[in-house]
Amino acid sequence: MTSLPVFVLLTPLVFAAVLFCGHSWGRERVLAINALGASAVFGLALFQWIQVWTGRTIVSTLASWPLPYGIALVADLFSASMVLVSTLVGFCVALSLRHNQEFDPGRFGYAIAFQTLLTGVCGVFLSGDLFNMYVWFEVMVVSSFVLFVYEAGKAQLAGAMKYAVPNYLASLLFLSAAGLLYGTLGTLNLADLANRIHEALSGTPNHQVAIRSAFVFLIFAFCLKAGAFPLSFWLPASYPVVSVPTLALFAGLLTKVGLYALVRTSTLLFPDVWPFSRTLLLIVAGLSMVTGILGAISQFEIRRILSYHIISQIGYMILGFALGTKAALMAAVFYVIHHILVKTNLFLIGGLICQVGGTFDLKKTGGLARHYPFLAAIFFIPAFSLAGFPLLSGFFAKFSLLKAGFDEGAYVLMGIALGVSFLTLISMLKIWIEAFWKPVPLKSNAPPFRALSWGQLLPLLIMAGSTLALGLWPQLLFGPAERIADEIRGRNVYVEAVLGEAR
Amino acid sequence: MGIGFSILIGVLFGVGFYLALSRHLLRFVFGLLLMGQGANLFVFMSGGLSRGLSPIIEGSSQRGVPETLSQALILTAIVIGFAMTAFFVVLARQCFLHFNSDDVADLGRFDP
Repeated sequence: MTSLPVFVLLTPLVFAAVLFCGHSWGRERVLAINALGASAVFGLALFQWIQVWTGRTIVSTLASWPLPYGIALVADLFSASMVLVSTLVGFCVALSLRHNQEFDPGRFGYAIAFQTLLTGVCGVFLSGDLFNMYVWFEVMVVSSFVLFVYEAGKAQLAGAMKYAVPNYLASLLFLSAAGLLYGTLGTLNLADLANRIHEALSGTPNHQVAIRSAFVFLIFAFCLKAGAFPLSFWLPASYPVVSVPTLALFAGLLTKVGLYALVRTSTLLFPDVWPFSRTLLLIVAGLSMVTGILGAISQFEIRRILSYHIISQIGYMILGFALGTKAALMAAVFYVIHHILVKTNLFLIGGLICQVGGTFDLKKTGGLARHYPFLAAIFFIPAFSLAGFPLLSGFFAKFSLLKAGFDEGAYVLMGIALGVSFLTLISMLKIWIEAFWKPVPLKSNAPPFRALSWGQLLPLLIMAGSTLALGLWPQLLFGPAERIADEIRGRNVYVEAVLGEAR
Repeated sequence: MGIGFSILIGVLFGVGFYLALSRHLLRFVFGLLLMGQGANLFVFMSGGLSRGLSPIIEGSSQRGVPETLSQALILTAIVIGFAMTAFFVVLARQCFLHFNSDDVADLGRFDP
């Protein structure tokens, strides 16, 4: 059982290698193998999650090097849950690739980068070693570069520059932080670092400066990758030009990987470095919520609206993690998982809206509810879940977050959160009214009516079904979320799970 | 020797930053890559520098051995940097071909 995380990482890599042999394979075959790979890794992730949920944290030591000297892969409930939901989303996107008409994902290269992206994402979640985490980050980032410029035109190339450069700089900072920490503390294992940082902070001033600088570097790098406010400039500039299935994958996974790394490192390594950092993150969260939503309501292009929403939603999650009480952490974990499902689904639906309406521009489309009532119904679930409608998963995410915040007395931030939530509803209503209810505009260039096939709707249905299930039975997720919150707060649990097992 | 390396890292970052502020596409890319080298060297320095020590072989332990892990780290970082270099150079070339301009501002101004 202890080598389960290794297999989770190896599976997509093996599929990438298999796809690499397929220079001359046809579209159907490549996409079938791609979907098979995604489903295999999802199956393993599910198995791993059940093992962690019913048992305890899985720690696998690579090549049997004793910890803390060897590289550890750690699957505690937080990482196992993130891997589970990410691979589910990956599987859904892999299914939707088959019906994509914007570009041909069956050509050589796309599926390989798709699999390595999944590897990188799972690797960051499972890594128990700071440098190893950096390497998986790079695997993910390079794969996303490749997907970004796949069959690129002018818009994608310009967008890729705006996407790649900030991410590259963030990676440099991450690398420098790893170097600083290794130079100061002589270890890179996260659990071991957590032990030693505490001692080193009462040590010489040189060490203190080095550790604090490393902390700042890490916060900066991860906030940039997560798309938190002052560092979110690249996101709306680059995401809206990506073609839809790729964009759905990016929107669901990439920023959340940055968020995971931010939470993992700051709660495990630096819980007592700076009381200042919590305040800082709370301010970042508030500003992200406001700027993101203001951007979203000023836009009339579906991909742009949804991209700005990522920023505002990241604000909610950082808010929950920065508040730091158990209730707030539970809410934040619930929020992340709900958000990954909903956001990916919305982008995929946005792609279908473009396909049946001929454009992403809301001003030039309309009347889709008449011909595609089923699409409207599927859009309704994630869209109004995002806004926080009761009986959908977003309601419980926001409700529990607000309750935790009011209990903490953070009234200003909670007021902002409520206001932003209201504006989210407005911007979702905007898509709803413009795309589905409004009569078809005169200058519409919508293609002639063609019923959507079940194959196109299946991935959307899987994710919408999960959203609905989380809304109707929120305790399904609040149970694990409570244990995750305990894990994050009691950092000794993680340290003991990793280092205790080594001895 | 440590001071010299520190200055070198500073110079690499400084020159890289200066070049990255340029509007010329190729200079911009070179700036990014120089900063990458600076970060690599920084990681290399983190293990401390040692002179005249032999690698880990039998009988070498009297005077200690040099830090090997930071060398392994920098090796990995260099390989990753190589992938990044390849990607950025190709991206810059494609941008130049599509936009017929090597001005970064043209990319920034482009709004589909």
